[in-house]
Amino acid sequence: MEFMQYFGGVFEPLSFALLVFGTVGGLILGATPGLSPTMAVALLIPFTFQLQPTQGLILLGAAYTATVAGGAVSAILLKIPGAPANIATALDGHEMAKKGQGTKALHVSFLASGVGGVIGVLLLIFLTPILAKWALAFGPPHLFWMAILGVTIIGSLDSKSFVKGLLSGCLGFWLSMIGYDDIQGAQRFIFTDALTGGVNVITALIGIFAIPQVIEMFAKGRKQVVVSAIKVEKQSLADSLKLLFQNIKALSIGTVIGSIVGLIPGVGGQIAGLVAYDQSKKFSKHSEKYGTGHPEGVIAAESANNAMVGPSLVPLLTLSIPGSPTAAVLLGGLLIHGIFPGSDLFENHPQVAWTFINSMLIGQVLMVIFGIWIASYAARVAQVPSAIMAACVMVLAVFGAYSVQQSMGDVYIMAALGIAMFFLEKFGFSAAPLVLGLILGPIAESNFIQGSMIANAQDGPLPYFLFGPLNIFLIALVVLSIAYSFVMSRRQVAQNVALQS
Amino acid sequence: MNCKKIGAAIALSVLALTSSAVRAADYPDRPISVMVSYGAGGATDFQARIVTMMAGGDDFLTQPIVIINKPGAGGRVGWNWFASEADNDGYTMAAYNIPHFVAQSIEGGVKYSTDSFEPIANWGSDPAVVVVGKDSKYNTIGELMDFAKENPGKVTLSGAGLYVGHHIAALQIEKASGTKLAYIPTKGGGAAAMKAVIAGDVIAGVNNLSDAYRAQSAGNVKILAIADVQRNEQFLPDVPTLMESGYDVDDSSVNFRGLMVPKGTDPAIIDMLAAKVPAMFESARVKKQMDAGGSPLKIMKRDEVLQMWKDREVYLTELLAGLK
Repeated sequence: MEFMQYFGGVFEPLSFALLVFGTVGGLILGATPGLSPTMAVALLIPFTFQLQPTQGLILLGAAYTATVAGGAVSAILLKIPGAPANIATALDGHEMAKKGQGTKALHVSFLASGVGGVIGVLLLIFLTPILAKWALAFGPPHLFWMAILGVTIIGSLDSKSFVKGLLSGCLGFWLSMIGYDDIQGAQRFIFTDALTGGVNVITALIGIFAIPQVIEMFAKGRKQVVVSAIKVEKQSLADSLKLLFQNIKALSIGTVIGSIVGLIPGVGGQIAGLVAYDQSKKFSKHSEKYGTGHPEGVIAAESANNAMVGPSLVPLLTLSIPGSPTAAVLLGGLLIHGIFPGSDLFENHPQVAWTFINSMLIGQVLMVIFGIWIASYAARVAQVPSAIMAACVMVLAVFGAYSVQQSMGDVYIMAALGIAMFFLEKFGFSAAPLVLGLILGPIAESNFIQGSMIANAQDGPLPYFLFGPLNIFLIALVVLSIAYSFVMSRRQVAQNVALQS
Repeated sequence: MNCKKIGAAIALSVLALTSSAVRAADYPDRPISVMVSYGAGGATDFQARIVTMMAGGDDFLTQPIVIINKPGAGGRVGWNWFASEADNDGYTMAAYNIPHFVAQSIEGGVKYSTDSFEPIANWGSDPAVVVVGKDSKYNTIGELMDFAKENPGKVTLSGAGLYVGHHIAALQIEKASGTKLAYIPTKGGGAAAMKAVIAGDVIAGVNNLSDAYRAQSAGNVKILAIADVQRNEQFLPDVPTLMESGYDVDDSSVNFRGLMVPKGTDPAIIDMLAAKVPAMFESARVKKQMDAGGSPLKIMKRDEVLQMWKDREVYLTELLAGLK
């Protein structure tokens, strides 16, 4: 219970002010498309130069927590996921917003984020030594199988047709191959300078989610001059809390999956939301409602992506290995103050370590409070006429794509992918599987190649990739996941046949 | 009133059109950007932010420096941009990493070489070190190399990628010891390569001195040798150099970091920067923050850097010739 004695540090006037500033700033940065949590934290590091180490970390911790949750705002209201973590949130959240239930969607999203986030940080506090061993257990073969497990959910994710889902995933895989390959030094599909570094996930995310929408909205705006205003439903906090507890199953699935996936270095938060969304859909009694504006989907996705925050810091704080890009940025923030994460941190600087962790705990609570407070105002975005909305989204999309690495090339990539996605959507392909392919491609590929290189120096690839308890466990999950999808699609066909006859 | 405005406008446009000599005299009259070709939070980014934080002071450049990250493809994205698109008006500088960009230009497929850039000054050097996990049975570099000699190709060695300092060090070690190693480049940079060593995915690894020093302090790895011409007295006084241990490996893999401008920048501006930037790197606050981060400072003036670039190019062309 060592962490309790350092709670006081969080509530010192300056520290608390920084905590509030970090939370509010993080929510705003997170809600801006293109500004991922990693970038937001990197932007704040120079501010910490002037602060004490503890205070600097409070600012960074609060900002990290809040940006992850803030990404849900643009995902729900604009259908532009702020970061890969929020892709799954957009699927149901935006449908809810379109129906005028934006406030409800934001309420449950922030509440679920808060619950997931607090549990994630508690795991960090109590189970760090055990979790650290776990994080190291995942070597190249295991990460490869993790990625394949992710591939198995591509087909069933947000797609009416299993085959079209897989095809979108393949497209994503292909996009992920573009660029300079770090491991073998090959240059692949680089026709222009802008593609040397490959297709950035955030650039792609903005393009394929935002641009098709903008085109749709412009088309609608021309057709109907008088826009029928959507009525934004009021939603009381008590009702939202009730809704959250009615969906305790989705909440638990999201929190558990988020914590586990967040722990694995290199896979991290990018896929936690999507995996949780898919699993909660598979276990749900109302799986057919997913994708049509079902609160369960938002709850599962958001609890997962905030639950991952705490565990994702375990490898950093105990072993000094940053497990995610954001953790790498935080490492920089620590080093600048002369603090080396690792066992040394908890022994010699317990005050810094625990105040940082505590600030994330309090930060979660503040994030929920501020999130709920802005929700009812923010939800009115749905009433903006579509022509104006389209222009605003376009500006945000260009700004977001440019700010990823200050490059016009990214803006063109974003636009090209977006226009292509508009036509793909007309043929029934959807965006989420494509992005998942783009995220999983490099994980599967680099770990397979690295694993084979290591295996060739040892006993050969077969035992390296197939034997060992963790390999077998993951392969079993892959087989189960495929079998489940297969059985479900057979059952659906049978149902359709029964309905027709 | 109107006349005054027009007069001011004329004066301004005349100012804008005056010769470069006058512009150099005014330089810098707005903030300067420094392009870092690695992501925010990486070692290069983090050091660049520290060493440039004093730029706004009256003794230095009098204008603040802003860091812009253009990461991708091991630095190629940023340096390609810098060589082909950056303005050579002195307001766009970039951080260089030696041997990375020199090795990449020798490998080919990029738009730059040492001729595309003009160095200003060097701020740091981060030698490569050989590390093994804390439970490894190897306690000296000799033991590891003896095993490698008996088992060609069996020693897996992780590093941050291809054509970077770690890779160069691995090639040099192979050449000097007459062994065959399995160099495993990782995708996530030095951190991922270090994780592979700590987790036991590989037998050994090549990594940055600063990161290895931290990992050793945390009790996760043992550092066997350092690929430099002399020991590092500040952080690792007990770790021998490879040369001391009998392997002819010099400091060609040491990761030098510094600032540069594109070719064609006004010589007056280059001279001014070359005079003022090293002083900025030497300030006490920069030293304090760099020490705190375990990052060795190594300040070199423009002439020394030019010579160093030339030496590296000659040596790396020879070393990499066998690889293509």
